[in-house]
Amino acid sequence: MTGSVVLNRIKDNRQARVFAQRRLEAILLRGLVTLAAGITLACFIGVVGYTVLRGLPHIHSGMFALDYNSTNMSVLPSILSTLLIVGVGLLIAAPVGIFGAVYLVEYAPRGSRLAAFFRLTTETLSGIPSIVYGLFGMLFFVFALDWDYSILAGGFTVGIMVLPTVIRSTEEALKAVPDSYREASFGLGAGKVRTIFKIILPSAVPGILSGIILSIGRIVGETAALKYTAGTVAELPGSLMDSGSSLAVLFHKLAGEGLHMENAYATAVILLLVVLAINTLAGWIAKKMRKDR
Amino acid sequence: MKKSEYIMKAVFLTAAAMSVLAVALICIFLLKGGLPAMLEIGPVNFLLGTVWKPGNDLYGILPMIMGSLCVTAGAILLGVPIGLLAAVYMACFCPKKLYKILSPCVQLLAGIPSVVYGFFAMVVIVPFVRDFLGGSGNSMLTASILLGLMILPTIIMQSEASIRAVSNTCYEGSLALGATKERSVFKAVLPAARSGVMAGIVLGIGRAIGETMAVVMVAGNQPRMPKGILEGVRTMTTNIVMDMAYATDLHREALIATAVVLFGFILVINLTFNLLNRKGEKKS
Repeated sequence: MTGSVVLNRIKDNRQARVFAQRRLEAILLRGLVTLAAGITLACFIGVVGYTVLRGLPHIHSGMFALDYNSTNMSVLPSILSTLLIVGVGLLIAAPVGIFGAVYLVEYAPRGSRLAAFFRLTTETLSGIPSIVYGLFGMLFFVFALDWDYSILAGGFTVGIMVLPTVIRSTEEALKAVPDSYREASFGLGAGKVRTIFKIILPSAVPGILSGIILSIGRIVGETAALKYTAGTVAELPGSLMDSGSSLAVLFHKLAGEGLHMENAYATAVILLLVVLAINTLAGWIAKKMRKDR
Repeated sequence: MKKSEYIMKAVFLTAAAMSVLAVALICIFLLKGGLPAMLEIGPVNFLLGTVWKPGNDLYGILPMIMGSLCVTAGAILLGVPIGLLAAVYMACFCPKKLYKILSPCVQLLAGIPSVVYGFFAMVVIVPFVRDFLGGSGNSMLTASILLGLMILPTIIMQSEASIRAVSNTCYEGSLALGATKERSVFKAVLPAARSGVMAGIVLGIGRAIGETMAVVMVAGNQPRMPKGILEGVRTMTTNIVMDMAYATDLHREALIATAVVLFGFILVINLTFNLLNRKGEKKS
């Protein structure tokens, strides 16, 4: 009688210990993952907060003068160069990327080897580091095509660089268009091309737009690919064939020299806020698209 | 009518083929620019030489290859555990309200320009390492911390997506067998998401090894074999940037050859990523 009670108690004890262990393990694991998420959040707040707090006080109206010289490191010429580079880059990447994605989604037969090959090369492009793009742009556009260090050479280089982003987001957007749209259009007697331009592409606009805005963000933040193609002249470019330093390239120069840290801080804030605003916009449009469906 | 359909199809096909053209052009021009130098120096001397002294015509990039590998390994060691655990939190334990803040933060973290990361590391992490651990602060450790931070969003987003793709039955089955929530996530869900998580890590390796402008600001960039985590290193990417400004002739071509080697590494990494991704797709 007493023996079985003791045995039961031992069993209870053991069970209680196992339960306690399990609970401890659960608490530990939960703590670890929460800590990791906290670190991530802290990193974001740390990087953005530090840069903004240190930089904001150094922004002054003189930074937005049209002339750049060694006493006044105006960022306006670089901002205009950046806009030009973005323009040229998108002029390349947007049509090629969107049309390419149309082929992959609307024309390529299911399980097509050719389409798989195109996707593989697109993925390869997206994995290539920006310094490699920079050297390629230098060897091809700057030297082989003799465009010299110019906005045009920089724009073409970053255009190729963001091509995968445009293709992938367009592909996603096209795939999300319901087949009933296509069938209805065909049923009304429209041809394939007409269906694509009048029905499919218009309803995929938000997805495509969000990809393009994401590309703009990447181009604005790009340094290595532009330094050796668009050059580092921080003055107002007279034409597309002139060298023009983008904002990020100018910032890299300022930070690297370490002579004008106040200017570097201020430029960092402008660059960071512009890119964050662009990316937030892209995220917002993508989210809106998902809600509309 | 019919004719325009054919023309447009050809236009779309041409546009899709542009990425092939781009990859081909990049390969051709890099190889054309770098291979002659590699052959002139001698592939063995170039790849396995431990001395980089362009002034004495010594072009060995082994120190830089080792530097890239060390810095990348450090970044993985720091970034992967944090990233993976954070992804688990976001996919399985995060309250909805918090998720609405956390998820955009991770996405914005991915969008911060690399120069801004580099600058942050230069003014915050470098002094921190110098004051608390010694050395000049421009070191392998600093570069690893920086890169670990930079690959964090890549790893989180990829891992979170693959954890979410695991069917709920895995998790519920484990709960029904009496396992705790946490145990179910780590023992049932995470193993099922393995190949997707691995793909994320490989993607992170690719980003870390190719990162240039941020690393050059904090790594010290001494062209010698890596000596210790508090000593400076030079990676393949920073080797290109450091010397490009003044390099001429063979020296310049040797830098392009460095890019060729880097490109080779990236191709292998891409291929691995592809294989892992396909494996993950097949499973789910």
